[in-house]
Amino acid sequence: MLEVDHVKIAFQSDKEEVTSVEEVSFAVNPGETLGIVGESGCGKSVTSLSIMGLLGKNGKVKKGQILFGDEELTKVSEQRLREIRGNEISMIFQEPMTSLNPVFTIGNQMIEGIKLHLKMKSKDAKDYAIEMLNKVGIPRASEIMKEYPHALSGGMRQRVMIAMALACKPKLLIADEPTTALDVTIQAQILQLMQNLQKGSKTAIILITHDLGVIAETADRVIVMYAGQVVEEADVFTLFKDPKHPYTQGLMASIPHLEYENEQRLVSIPGSVPGVKQMPKGCRFHTRCQYATERCQQEQPELEQIQEGHKVRCWLMEEAPLHPVLGKPKEELVT
Amino acid sequence: MPTLETVVKNGLETSISPSEISGEETPFQLIVKRFIKHRLAVIGSIFMLVIILVAIFAPAITPKEPYQVYDEFSAPPSAEHWLGTDQVGRDIFTRLIFASRVSMMVGLGAVLIYSVIGTIVGAVSGYFGGWVDILLMRLTDVFMSFPSLMLILVVVSILGPNLLNIILVLGLLGWPAVARLVRGSVLSLKHVDFVKSGVVLGLSTPRILFRHILPNAIAPILVQATFGIAAAIIVEAALSFLGMGVQPPTASWGNMLTDAQSLTVLTSQPWLWVPPGMMIVIVVLSINFIGDGLRDALDPKTLK
Repeated sequence: MLEVDHVKIAFQSDKEEVTSVEEVSFAVNPGETLGIVGESGCGKSVTSLSIMGLLGKNGKVKKGQILFGDEELTKVSEQRLREIRGNEISMIFQEPMTSLNPVFTIGNQMIEGIKLHLKMKSKDAKDYAIEMLNKVGIPRASEIMKEYPHALSGGMRQRVMIAMALACKPKLLIADEPTTALDVTIQAQILQLMQNLQKGSKTAIILITHDLGVIAETADRVIVMYAGQVVEEADVFTLFKDPKHPYTQGLMASIPHLEYENEQRLVSIPGSVPGVKQMPKGCRFHTRCQYATERCQQEQPELEQIQEGHKVRCWLMEEAPLHPVLGKPKEELVT
Repeated sequence: MPTLETVVKNGLETSISPSEISGEETPFQLIVKRFIKHRLAVIGSIFMLVIILVAIFAPAITPKEPYQVYDEFSAPPSAEHWLGTDQVGRDIFTRLIFASRVSMMVGLGAVLIYSVIGTIVGAVSGYFGGWVDILLMRLTDVFMSFPSLMLILVVVSILGPNLLNIILVLGLLGWPAVARLVRGSVLSLKHVDFVKSGVVLGLSTPRILFRHILPNAIAPILVQATFGIAAAIIVEAALSFLGMGVQPPTASWGNMLTDAQSLTVLTSQPWLWVPPGMMIVIVVLSINFIGDGLRDALDPKTLK
């Protein structure tokens, strides 16, 4: 349904053009949840914004194409894009506290989108909005319609945002860290809610997060991004059981576990993501990779399929195509 | 795995009733409450309400005609003429009341015109940025750098001094301050998430700009406009005093003050100039107090 094909996104800065995302390809099928993980600054949000055509004045899709159904989203008119937004593709943002306009009531804001896309009369739109609010588990929906956003808690607001996003029955919902600003219990509720709503509607979800727990809970397939590239793609079970890319392994190893000993130090990947202007030559991860070889410093690996549905961008795969799990990265004890 | 029902129930349990947080008060009630706390603003509002009513119902309040000439001229206050008569023999009290219509019209008319222009220019400039912003802001700079009183004098003397021209000139020259103010608000508001959500919902740009961003920027515009009314009234009075404003026989507080240019009037006939002078001072003060009160009431950081 959605196909992102070898997309390269660049931003025009004062002097030069900075490439933010390169060689990103993935596809989303109806009813599927695709998770995108990676640390800050690796291009997760930029990729999702490019689907919505929201890169702003300076950002541009330089290469590749984004196919939605049979439409090429980088080429359609602004007018058509507006019809798609909110109607066929919706988006939920990270920060529910500021995502609602403080000067309008909840009802006001919900009805606006419904009237625009579904061409309903005010009365019907209102009933439909109440129905949607009920669906996302908001108590006393008809009273909440008259409230202003400041009267609602973060979890409630995110529910309202989800209700708004799903009101027009979009084919694709992009959730950009939808639960990052919420506490853990509300987080679980919201994720559960999204999954339940998805089941009834065949809506595909792109879930962007840096929280592997959230991914494990909700995603069907996962792509791992690093420094603007996809480094690994696999279904969620394969990824957690058998991560191939050293970066993915590093991410897995750095999840805190309850059974860890008190003195055991949490594993971390040394260093940080290189800036877009100082991309290293060769494999972009080689500066932080403990298995890096000479080749990694010189040549850039391609995203290769190693199994059905499992793709990895790493030279190690080629050298030992079926090599066993590389073992947990060294866990040192604090003395 | 929890079903939708349990999720819904969890939602019920964890959500706090919104009315508990807002304390059963609508934002509007909150603003009114804060405004009332500002004593001077309340006094100013009452006074302005009286003036506006007087201006509207002027002919019903005074039995006399503002242009009618009576037998005695420069007569001191008496039972017949409460505030005396002017040098031509017209009733000063009546003229004072009719003059309030001029001041209200100038104040409201000019501010309405320039608030609309300034808001549109500022909003467009701030939202679109780039060369649109540069172009509009340089234009604003140009308008701001005119010595306005001189320009007004020149324009009025070319177009002819009358009420409509004064309103138009003040209206067309006053917008830069509002434009800057609105641009600033829009600049900070356009990056807020709810604007992004609006775009994501597929709303059109004018709708986002005027329906979603502007209502959030309305408070400073309102305060600025209030002070603007006072400023416009003063400028009108000054122009009329100089003879370039509202022309006699139409009464305006400014041209009533013109009489005070003569030393004899100034020293021995205070009833000719004290009342219009007082009116200007009181009205301008009242409006400024209202502006102060509004600013405090509309500022979300005022917690009282």
